[in-house]
Amino acid sequence: MAQPQNAIRLERVTKTFGEVVANKDVSLNVRRGEILALLGENGSGKTTLMNMIAGIYYPDGGQIYVDDQPVDIRSPRDALGLGIGMIHQHFKLVDVFTATENIALSMDKGEKFDLRKVHDKARAICEKYQFALDLDQKVYEMSVSQKQTLEIVKVLYRGADILILDEPTAVLTPQETERLFAVIRNMKADGKAVIIITHKLHEVLSISDRVAILRKGEYVGDIATKNATESILTEMMVGEKVVLNIDRPVPENPVRRLAIRNLTVVGPEGNHVLDNADFDVFGGEILGIAGISGNGQKELLEAIAGLQTAAPGAKIEFFPPDSDTPVELVGKSPKAIREAGIHLSFVPEDRLGMGLVGSMGMTDNMMLKSYGKGVSPIVDRKAPHDLAEEIREELGVVTPSLNTPVSRLSGGNVQKVLVGRELAADPIVLMTAYAVRGLDINTSYTIYRLLNEQKKKGVAVIYVGEDLDVLLELCDRILILCGGRVNGILDGRSATKEEVGLRMTNLVKEAGV
Amino acid sequence: MHSSLIAWILRAVPFGTIIMYGALGEILTEKSGNLNLGVPGIMYLGGFAGFASAYYYETLSASPNAFVCIVVALVCAVLASMAGGLIYSFLTITLRANQNVTGLALTTFGMGVANFFGVFILNGSSYAAAPLANKAFAAQMPVLSKLGDAGKILFSYGFLAYAALLLAVVLHWFFTRTRVGLNLRAVGENPATADAAGINVTLYKYAATCVGAAICGLGGLYYVLDYNQGIWATTDQIEALGWLAVALVIFTTWKPLNAIWGAYLFGMLYWLYQFLPSLLGITVSSAMTDLIQMLPYVVTIGVLIVVSLRKKKENQPPAHLGLAYFREER
Amino acid sequence: MSSTQTVREPLVRIVKREGATLPKKILVRAVAILLALVVDAMFIYFVTGLNPLAVYGVMWGGTFANPTRFSWMLRDLVTLLCVGIGLAPAFKMRFWNCGGEGQILIGGLATALVMVYLGSSLPAPLLFLCMAGASLAAGALWGVIPAWFKSRWNTNETLFTLMMNYVATSIVACMTNIMRGSASSLGTLNKATKAGWFPVFMGQRYNINIIVVVVLTFAMYAYLKYSKQGYEISVVGESENTARYAGINVRRVMVRTMLISGAICGLCGFLIVAGRDQTISTTSAGGRGFTAIIVAWLAKFNTFTMALIAFLLVFLERGASEIASAYSLNQYAADIITGVILFFILGSEFFINYRVVPRGMHKEER
Repeated sequence: MAQPQNAIRLERVTKTFGEVVANKDVSLNVRRGEILALLGENGSGKTTLMNMIAGIYYPDGGQIYVDDQPVDIRSPRDALGLGIGMIHQHFKLVDVFTATENIALSMDKGEKFDLRKVHDKARAICEKYQFALDLDQKVYEMSVSQKQTLEIVKVLYRGADILILDEPTAVLTPQETERLFAVIRNMKADGKAVIIITHKLHEVLSISDRVAILRKGEYVGDIATKNATESILTEMMVGEKVVLNIDRPVPENPVRRLAIRNLTVVGPEGNHVLDNADFDVFGGEILGIAGISGNGQKELLEAIAGLQTAAPGAKIEFFPPDSDTPVELVGKSPKAIREAGIHLSFVPEDRLGMGLVGSMGMTDNMMLKSYGKGVSPIVDRKAPHDLAEEIREELGVVTPSLNTPVSRLSGGNVQKVLVGRELAADPIVLMTAYAVRGLDINTSYTIYRLLNEQKKKGVAVIYVGEDLDVLLELCDRILILCGGRVNGILDGRSATKEEVGLRMTNLVKEAGV
Repeated sequence: MHSSLIAWILRAVPFGTIIMYGALGEILTEKSGNLNLGVPGIMYLGGFAGFASAYYYETLSASPNAFVCIVVALVCAVLASMAGGLIYSFLTITLRANQNVTGLALTTFGMGVANFFGVFILNGSSYAAAPLANKAFAAQMPVLSKLGDAGKILFSYGFLAYAALLLAVVLHWFFTRTRVGLNLRAVGENPATADAAGINVTLYKYAATCVGAAICGLGGLYYVLDYNQGIWATTDQIEALGWLAVALVIFTTWKPLNAIWGAYLFGMLYWLYQFLPSLLGITVSSAMTDLIQMLPYVVTIGVLIVVSLRKKKENQPPAHLGLAYFREER
Repeated sequence: MSSTQTVREPLVRIVKREGATLPKKILVRAVAILLALVVDAMFIYFVTGLNPLAVYGVMWGGTFANPTRFSWMLRDLVTLLCVGIGLAPAFKMRFWNCGGEGQILIGGLATALVMVYLGSSLPAPLLFLCMAGASLAAGALWGVIPAWFKSRWNTNETLFTLMMNYVATSIVACMTNIMRGSASSLGTLNKATKAGWFPVFMGQRYNINIIVVVVLTFAMYAYLKYSKQGYEISVVGESENTARYAGINVRRVMVRTMLISGAICGLCGFLIVAGRDQTISTTSAGGRGFTAIIVAWLAKFNTFTMALIAFLLVFLERGASEIASAYSLNQYAADIITGVILFFILGSEFFINYRVVPRGMHKEER
């Protein structure tokens, strides 16, 4: 290791998916013995960019250099051959195999197949980097952090000296994160180049040597970590405030509709995906929920809707408009909630996998929640048909017919169908998750308008969003989730983008509610 | 009592050998994620092709040779059943047709082909025989089989019965100790991961299904030329054996070594009714024999339930069983 | 997002196609059947040396030569269709009921037992009621057992129902042995009294079968399309997640649907015993439980399309037995011809669901 040398250099790399430009003219480099943090909001194109280096996507334009030599990476195998290993967010492991077997799966074709040798070589790697990994353990018995360790061992086994880690800490506890960072520092000392994708600013500051920032698919710039502070990074990441001119009427005498106390949801891995949430929701206002995706938003909404089991001790009290006695929602199924006369509308994130039935037309989708009404065993399609017609007219849904499977409609039209149905149910509480994701500007504004109309009617609106500019202009209050925790609730009119951005990436010590 | 126990074993082992072949072939196929319900049809194809080739060789050749007869029958059985596997593979892997429906259609087809052409050989009589082939396939070990009861129990079967044992061990070794075996299991468990590791998913599925079909076909061959004394007749017996082989796959929880004792156990259960009176002194009315023959299926249902109850990952079917793999999906 | 996508473009690329138009679907299937007939013709020619067209002509006669033939075809058609109707709700729910065979047999057995043991003591209307009730209950039981385990522990239903077939077969074998007593075979039940036989209606006993199945065809079509339960079945079949979101009790729907599915298959056993064979044996179901799976699957659970496909299969089967007697071949030719046609139809689905794009003809899609 004579002098720092570029392990990887990207020159004006561009990638588009259909109409969407995921990366535009990105130039970036990482040296050996360096840890580069790649920072950016959701959808800023970090993962796409890294996938091009790892051979999963092929760039539409630009050139990738490894050790300053131009290279052509067509498959993950090509990438491994160049010493590039990527640890994806979703692990690529076979559950019923042992760690050793998983490692053997991706080993070089020229190597003689001998599981004992694989085991020994992997053991040596584990010892070198002080991994605590039982190589004879089956993957399904492993914790998330063990699986991640296994992924790392897998790429090291293949001799990778350029490592890309895609949000490695998202699923780890603080202790596990510390251990991972120790490993990464070890690898750096070993002369390897490391790129780490993360949202968490304090982690960026503690682990990296240099930070490169992407925003909306474009390269913003880089900064040496020693010169960076959280506020500088946030500013680079979120950019200038963009004025969107979304209407925001002042709430008229807000009434408490939901009181959520000690709401914890335990995930399939045994961790708290939602941790002790405590807050109130008021009718006549829009409560925004900000956070990097996967920080408990989904679980929060689903727990309120009766689709997730809350841990014992949780309370979700609903205050009906026409009575003083609150109704407890915990333990109630969606049907029980509906039968209690509580109009709870929910626009879930997974529109076709949860909110709608893809193979059915608009009419049939209208009655998803209401088909059971009445005693007749026959489905009444008259009312849903009229409703579908009305929604098609009012929201301008483009569909060949009301019976065309909704899965064939464009994303915007699918969302109009879903939102239209949920609004037609006359909600008292309306929850939306990423209501404008993937939609064009016009449709997005239609959605904002509809939400504001509901708010003016006195509906309690919960808006889970990812675009901070929208959250800051649309919402009356903004609740920030970070690592499953409520990391403060800010006033939508006075909060700044930096403040929200900071709280999304960094747990505030005394997270006051 | 002692002699009837031996008689029971001598019945159960050849019976078990038939379904052991079927089950081993199907295990190999299912490890690649293909649930081939065409096993009965493939066993028909293998059994008939083996019989027909041996029969014609015997009748047409001036001086038929036992060894040549064995080779001819084996080759034809393997080729015919592989052809069945190939039809299934092409439809389900390349054209992504539904596996269950395709398998059932293959069962109909295989039975049809075997019985249709079988009628030409039968030529009006109720059965046709290939005595030389039977003699070759059922030949017992010369000296060892004469060594008293132990010799009888251990050494009085045709060579295919021992080949089945060997095959089970080889498959076990293949799945756990070889690169190709490991890759194959990865394909059946998680084809996306296998694909990412550079494994040719399509090739593996084709190969496993066709070789698996060939092994199933050997079961049919063994049934006709050894178990059934080299006699071909139009029966539904092979179909019932085919489904029993599918049951055995579940019973073994997809482990080839379990197929050995599982197959013999199924054979013992199947023939239990004949030996209840002499062994345990229980006399069963003839009507009850069918209920006793049902035991292998009931036991299999029990295993299926227990396995799903315990949720032990090692005992589950390959995770991607029954599903087509399309790289660009999800 | 696709997990891996190497970019060296292959010679042809396969792209999922959404919503082929109806004429296109019909065209693809017609071409498939035509190709299958050509392959079958080649097979006939090479094996028998007969003129395939003449053979097909004889096949045609198997169904259309005279009214009796046609009515036999109808008899066979409704038997197969009845099972298909039974399987349709289960398959629509994506529940692989491969146990139609066993459900028919157990239903037929229940019918036969009532006929034999209550035939002389009950008045005809009550007897028929008991027979129908017993067959429905027995079939339902056979359907519910695997469904209950599936709903609780996700026990694999394909394999479970498959095993249940053989349990039913064995029970039928055992019971027929008991019923026949010392006779060499069971023979026709209640031969002297004809108790429990369907009355002759418009010349044939099985005409009642035809009426029942026609009614069932309409009823099941309406049930799946217009009833609330049918709607629930569609939602559960499409996505259990959506079903939970809509507040549907997935477990209950699963058990209830298999109850109906099994009951109708059991009823088919009743029709076979009372209206057609007047006896029961292990071959009473005759593989229809399996053939009906293919019928239900290809028809995408529309009972009228199912009637069409059942017609095609029965037509082939009768045609083949016609060839068999005309050219002294054997009736197994039917299985081969049917098998080939099924392979082609199954394969043709691919061209409805996917498009093949040659190299250099596409833009990157997400």
